[in-house]
Formats: sequence, C-alpha cells, structure tokens
Amino acid sequence: MKNSLKAWLYLLPALLFLGVFLIYPLVDVLIYSFEEGYNSTSGTYFGVGFYNYSYVLHDPFFLKALRNTVLLVLITVPLSTGLALLISLGLSSIKALRKFFQTVYFLPYVTNTLAVGLVFMILFKKTPYSDGLMNLLLRLFGMGPVDFIDGPYWAKMFVLCFYTVWVVMPFKILILTSALASVKDDYYKAARIDATPRFRVFTRITLPMISPMLFYLIITGFIGAFKAYSDAVALFGVNLNAAEMNTIVGYVYDMLYGDSGGYPSYAAAAALILFVIVLTVTTINLTVSRKHVFYD
Amino acid sequence: MKVTLENLTKRYPNLNRRIKTEVIAVNDLTFEIPSGKLVGLLGPSGCGKSTTLNLISGLETPTAGRILFDEDDVTGLPPEKRGVGLVFQNYALYPHLTVRQNILFPLENLKGAEKLTRAEMLQKADEAAKLVQIDALMDRRPSELSGGQQQRVAIARALVKRPRILLLDEPLSNLDARLRLQTREEIRRIQRETGVTTVFVTHDQEEAMSISDEIVVMKEGVIQQIGRPQDVYDAPKNLFVAKFLGTPPINVFSARIEKETLFIGEEAVLPAPGLPGGTVTAGIRPEGFLPDPEGKFTLSLSRVEVMGRDTSVVAEHAASLSGAVRAIISSESRPDPESRTVRFSLKPGKVLLFQNDEAADRLVPPGQKEEDR
Amino acid sequence: MESENRVIKDRKGKAGRVIFSAVIYFFLTVWALFVLFPFYWMILSSVKSYSAYNGEYIPTFFTLSPTLENYREAFTAVPLAGYFLNTLIFTLATTALMLLVTVFAAYAFARLSFPGKDLLFSFFLSLMMIPTELVIITNFQTITYWGMRNTFWGLILPSVTSVFYIYLLKENFEQVPDELYKAAKVDGTSDLKYLFKVMIPVCRPTIVTVTILKIIECWNSYVWPRLITDDKAYFLVSNGIQEIRENGFGRENVPAMMAAVVVISVPLIILFLVFRKKIMEGVSRGGTKG
Repeated sequence: MKNSLKAWLYLLPALLFLGVFLIYPLVDVLIYSFEEGYNSTSGTYFGVGFYNYSYVLHDPFFLKALRNTVLLVLITVPLSTGLALLISLGLSSIKALRKFFQTVYFLPYVTNTLAVGLVFMILFKKTPYSDGLMNLLLRLFGMGPVDFIDGPYWAKMFVLCFYTVWVVMPFKILILTSALASVKDDYYKAARIDATPRFRVFTRITLPMISPMLFYLIITGFIGAFKAYSDAVALFGVNLNAAEMNTIVGYVYDMLYGDSGGYPSYAAAAALILFVIVLTVTTINLTVSRKHVFYD
Repeated sequence: MKVTLENLTKRYPNLNRRIKTEVIAVNDLTFEIPSGKLVGLLGPSGCGKSTTLNLISGLETPTAGRILFDEDDVTGLPPEKRGVGLVFQNYALYPHLTVRQNILFPLENLKGAEKLTRAEMLQKADEAAKLVQIDALMDRRPSELSGGQQQRVAIARALVKRPRILLLDEPLSNLDARLRLQTREEIRRIQRETGVTTVFVTHDQEEAMSISDEIVVMKEGVIQQIGRPQDVYDAPKNLFVAKFLGTPPINVFSARIEKETLFIGEEAVLPAPGLPGGTVTAGIRPEGFLPDPEGKFTLSLSRVEVMGRDTSVVAEHAASLSGAVRAIISSESRPDPESRTVRFSLKPGKVLLFQNDEAADRLVPPGQKEEDR
Repeated sequence: MESENRVIKDRKGKAGRVIFSAVIYFFLTVWALFVLFPFYWMILSSVKSYSAYNGEYIPTFFTLSPTLENYREAFTAVPLAGYFLNTLIFTLATTALMLLVTVFAAYAFARLSFPGKDLLFSFFLSLMMIPTELVIITNFQTITYWGMRNTFWGLILPSVTSVFYIYLLKENFEQVPDELYKAAKVDGTSDLKYLFKVMIPVCRPTIVTVTILKIIECWNSYVWPRLITDDKAYFLVSNGIQEIRENGFGRENVPAMMAAVVVISVPLIILFLVFRKKIMEGVSRGGTKG
C-alpha cells in the first residue's frame, strides 16, 4: 500500500501534465466540434450537432487545403521513400567516406524548418532584381523564368514538394541505412555461395528483410505529410490562403487564431476530420503491410 | 550467528490469471543454520531455494512463518535492517562505479550511529578487497574485470558491512569450469577466514557437496533432507535425494525381495535380512559395482570408457529404470571390451532400497540404524 | 553490406567494380551537394553586401568582398538577440522540466509496482497516437483562459510532457538488471536514492539522447509559440525569423535575413556535430520503437 502510494507520487507530475494538456483537450476538442455557434468571447453556444463539420466540409478554403495536402502526400511520400532507399543502398555499398556522407545527409534534420525554408524561398523566388538561382538553372535547359513563390499553382506546389522532400529525407535515410545494416551478413554469404544475381539478392533478401522498416517509414511518412504546415509557412508566409497553398493543419490554425481566427469549433471539426483521415490511411497501410511484410 | 526458519511458507498468486490456485514456492520450511557454518541450499530449478534465500535476505516477505537471527525475530524487517550480505549469480555490480566505489556503496548508505568517516570507509573497503584479493584492481570498472574477479568484488561488497549472514545466490553459475573450481575454493577460504554464517544456493550438487558444511536438499518447496554432504549421499532419505546427488547418477532398477533376498531380474544379487517380501526399487551407486567373474549380477556390456584414473562400464539390463547402467571401476579390473556380458558383485553399502515411490522413505533393514551409517 | 559488395566484386571483376563504385560515389556526392547547397547559399548570401546582392541579376556563386555588416544589421535592426535568449530560456526550462517529469514517471513504470500499472502504461502508449494538432486547440484556449499568453509559462507548460520519452526511458530502465535493485535494497538504499545514484548514471546515454532530441525539438518549435505569443518580446527564433520575413528590415534585405538564418541555425548544427553519434542513434532508436 505504501509502495503503491509512492508510485503514484512519482507518476503525479506526468499525470498532471498529460491530464491537463493531452487528455482533457482530447475530450474538449470533441465537445467543441459539436457545439454550434460557439462564441469564444462569451463562451456560449446555441446548439449541438454536426453543423461545424458540414461548414468545414463545404468551406472552399478547407477543400483547397485538403486538395493541397493530399497532393503533397501523394507526391512526396513515394518519392522521398524511394529516393531514401536508393541513397541508403548506395551508402551501404561503400566503405570510404560513409560516415561523412551519413553525417551530411542528416544535417537537415537538426535545422530550423522556418529558417532553411527561407533559403529555399530565396533560391526559387523571382524578383524584379533577379530571377533567382532556380530560374538560372532552368534557363540552361531553355525554359522560361517562372515565379515559384508567387507564380502559378503547379510551380508553388513543386517548391513545396521539393522542400518537403529535402526536409524528410534525413530521417528516412537514417532509418533505412540502419535497417540495411541490421540484415545479417550470413544471408549475403549464403546468397554468394548460391551465386545469386545482384538484383535477386536485393528483391529476395534485402527487401524482405527491411520491409518492416520500409512500411514503418511509409506509415510515418503519410502521417507526417498529412500534418504539413511549417514548410508551407516558411516558403509562402503566414497567409497561406492568399497564396493558395494552405494545408489542413494551416486551416485549423487559421480558424483558431489570427485575422481569420476566433472559431475554435470549426478548428476542432477540421482537426478531427484530419485525425479521421490519418487514422483511416494508417489502418489501410497496416492492413496492406500485414499481408506483404516479412517479419522474423 | 544462528539463523532459524520456522514453518516458513511463501505463496504467490498464479501468473496465469485464469488459474486461481496459488503457486507455493516454499512450503512450511523449518530448519536451523548453525552459527559460522556454510550451508548449501540444493535442488533443481523451481524448488524454492532462491525464494528461501530472498526470504532470509528480506527482499521478500513470507506468507507465514518466522525467521530468527539468533534470538531476534527479523520476519518483518526490511533487508537493510537485517545486516545481510547478498551475492548474485550475475554479480550485480554497478557498472558506472569503480571497484572501490562499488565496495564503498553499502557503507555510504549507513546512517545515524553506524555512520562512518570517509577514512574509515576507505579502510574497510581496502580490508574487504584484500580479503578477496582484488586490492590491485580498485580503480577499474566492472567491465574491465574477468567474471571471477567481478564475483570477488561482489563478495567484497557483500562483506564490507560485516554482515551477520552472507547469502550467495548461484554465485558460480556464470563462470567457466576452471574459474568455478577456483572461486569455489575462494569462497570456502573467505568463509573460513571470516567465520560468517553463509548460505549458498546452487543447483549443482557437486558444488554444494564440495564446500558445504551442511546441505539442505529441496524439492517443490519442501525440504527433502538436511545433513552433512557425505551423510546425505550415503544415506539419502528417499529416491529423489538419491537420484539428485552423485555424478554419474545412481542406477535405478525395479527389484523384489523374496525370502529376505534382493532379486534383480532372476538373479539373487544381495541378501536383505529383515526386509519383508515384495517389489522395491533398488538404487546402485556407480561405484557400488565390483567386477567379479563369479558375481551374481549379470549385465550385457555396451562399451567400456576409459577416463584416466577410472574406467566407466556402460551396460544394459532389462530391469533398469534409468536407461543405460553405468559402473565406475578401477582401471586394473577392466573387463574385456569384446565380451558380450559382464558380471559384478555389489558393495552392500552402495545399494539403496526404496519403496516404489520417489517421495517415499528409503527402506532400512531393521537393526541397521540411520546413525550407524 | 560489405559482403554484398564482395559478391559484386567477385562476379564482375576489377573493371566492373571500379565503374560500379564510381557511379555510386557520383550519385552520393550529388545528393550531398544537394543537401549542403542551401547551407552554402545562406552563408554566402549573408556575407554579400546589400548592394552587391541586389546588384546581381544573375546570382554569383562566391564573393570576393565578404562583409559582416549583415550580421550587425541582423542584431540591431531586429531584436534577434532577444529571440535568441527567449529560445534559450524556453529550451532549457522545457527540457529540464521534461526530464524531471519523464524520469520519475519512467521509474515508476519500470521499477515500482502498483495495482493497475500495466493498464495505465497501455493507456500511456495509446496517448502517443494523439496528434498535437488535435489538442492544441484546447491548449490554446486553456492558456488564454489562464492569462498566460505572452509568458514563458504559457510557452513551456504544454510542451513539457512527452509520452514517447517516458516510453523510451522506461524501456531503458527495465534493462537494468533486477539484481542491482536487490543489491541496493540489501545495502539500504531508498528508491529515490537508487534512482539518482544507480539508475540515472547507468542509463545516462539514453537520458543524454532524450535531452538532445528535446533540445532540438524546442529550438525548432514554431506552431505553439506562434499561437501563444504576439508580443515580440516573447518570440522564439522561429517566430522571429517569420517576423523578419514578413516585416523584414523595413525593406527586402535578403543578406541580413540570411545572416539571421545563419545565426539561429548555428547552435543546433554545432550541437549536432558534437553529439552526432548520440543524435543519430537516438533518432533511429526512436524510429524502431516509435
């Protein structure tokens, strides 16, 4: 009895923090999302129902944000995962300079997204004084200058994806290189004795062995990309709606705070819609992975 | 210091929650550990020997029963108030501390009147280190020591507080064969030098027999027999104890007694005066066989293994309950390996008779008292 | 991998091997340049003078007259030092509090026994699935209601707990053998003393890793500070950089902006280079466990 009291005492700070800032908000956000016409200054509301959800789902800004987010997910997740796999395979097959490359590749992980995003903006931006470095490069291929930051939609989407891939690569490379390193040498030795062709070694040994990690990366990649926000802010500024580059999370924050803010109920509904989307996609991913992933 | 365990019982709830019955780890244990002796707690894994040790140390509290240190009842005391030293199978040295800091650790915890000055602590640590002969390694970390050295440090740490009792939980199991033998001698020496009452838990009967003043054989939480190692070996209380002690293990046969004579198969191998007729189980120690062309016990020979000093004869017998029969004989009387059969006469003292039940007591012919053996 | 390499060597002969690794090194170098280029560009731009930068219709890849003027400008025209100090306070306080809370909770889960422990721990684990975006709405309301907007407490409190770090530490604490605890008990060590004298020193590598990861997380946090502060006196570097971007130096001063970016990036890059192994280990462990 005395012991269990002590245990609860040790747990108390964590329980307090989690209770106030994680568990209570979870319940609260559900309540918010169903309270119609909530007024954040007076704290009153005049009904309960699905109106907030219906409002959000019919809000053109939300639909735009949804479209942007889904596009971003569909482009960056396969691209970054595939690229990371190639780079990790390359890293695994060299000896000299391996540590150096690994260190360099990991660098973006520790940098401030907002700060480096600014550099990307500079690189892609077309101003009256200069077309920017990216356009210089394009001109080498005979393509006209494009304003990637304030220009056409596809160009802005391109930069957003470009930057997102740059930001998420370090984590994926790291995970895949350590997954590759954990494949036991014996398998390769056995394959060598059987004179297995290189490609077959990859598809029959390497890939199945790292498949759990690969699927883990895909799942976390989906979750992360669905929550994209800071990258977009770094490139296009806080007013993402004006830039047509808002994301779902951006929409949530806009509803909560700032010039368009003061609507926590809409924010709550939008956040819950996001949560449901992420949950659904993750469940689908897990179901697929259970069928195809090799676990030992 | 003398330790007395009175009707000690420890029950655990079953780990499998669907089974409501409790697991009885230690069942109604009563025995006395004489002051200054080294007692070996011996038994197969799961027999409750480690639980018994934990009960003595105070890491676990008994469900029922009492523990007395001399005349003090310590049953309710926490471990630190009992003055025990404990040594573990995996040494349990603090990896981030040096040997010296490890040995000092228990001293730094002393409070109140027992509190020592730094100089006293260092001196005590040095003494303990000298005792176990690791005083040259004081500034190393555990990872820089061999298994045997680590175990010495663990013993020094357990002894530095001058405990009233030293408890060793399978202290040799993690060492290789040669170190085990060495460390065994070490423990014996240290125990002799300090005279501390010591309880030694092991599943290795050879280990227990070789260093204990007394051994306690346990099975399923119940004491089977207590006694001096040789006595327990020569006069096991029951078949379990007989089988548990001795390498190679005792050979077991189904046998019967007719007209005060012991029959194995159709052969009358030994007289059995005073014993009633009926079926019995006969145990014959490997060293109980004497090769003898005129012998009454015939086995079919499988092979002869020469192992230096001794020769081991492996044979078959239809009545054997323990598979191949193994006899240890001196090399001079080695039988011809080519022969099909081998005949033995038996040493009466090495043939033990039991009722047909592992737990039942050994049959002792009348007039032959337990004490005589 | 090495043997994979060996397989290839044996099959293709020397010439094939050289070409193969040349191709690999080429692509790896291309990717390294791709990763490093933004860093180079930001340093380069930060040492170009304002007029030189704006005079380049075609940007140049180096400068012959580097200047530190932009750094002076970054610290004087905008309160960069203030943002810096705020971030430092926020990071240190949050990390310290997080460690305290996490270590105690992890210890309770790993070492102490109490009824309902397994159930509570499973509940904790399930909390890991909750996205911040979901709870941030109420937290925003809570902190506003408590009148903690534009205060350090408002910034710090909701950022303290991390279920994942509790999980990571608990796993590590559990790897410390039981016998060590028993030995300490027999030696008369209290639970608290055992935690500080044995558990924490033994698990120091993990604790260091957790600390560094939290520092990185705090240093880069943007969303929560943006919601909870609109007074520049409480801006963290991320918000500061955003503010510089929106309102700048009164004019579009890219070199000064880049100087600010360099200044706020450098501490973490130094931290990374010093603790490279720990950070990468920690992140990849977080990866396998997360």
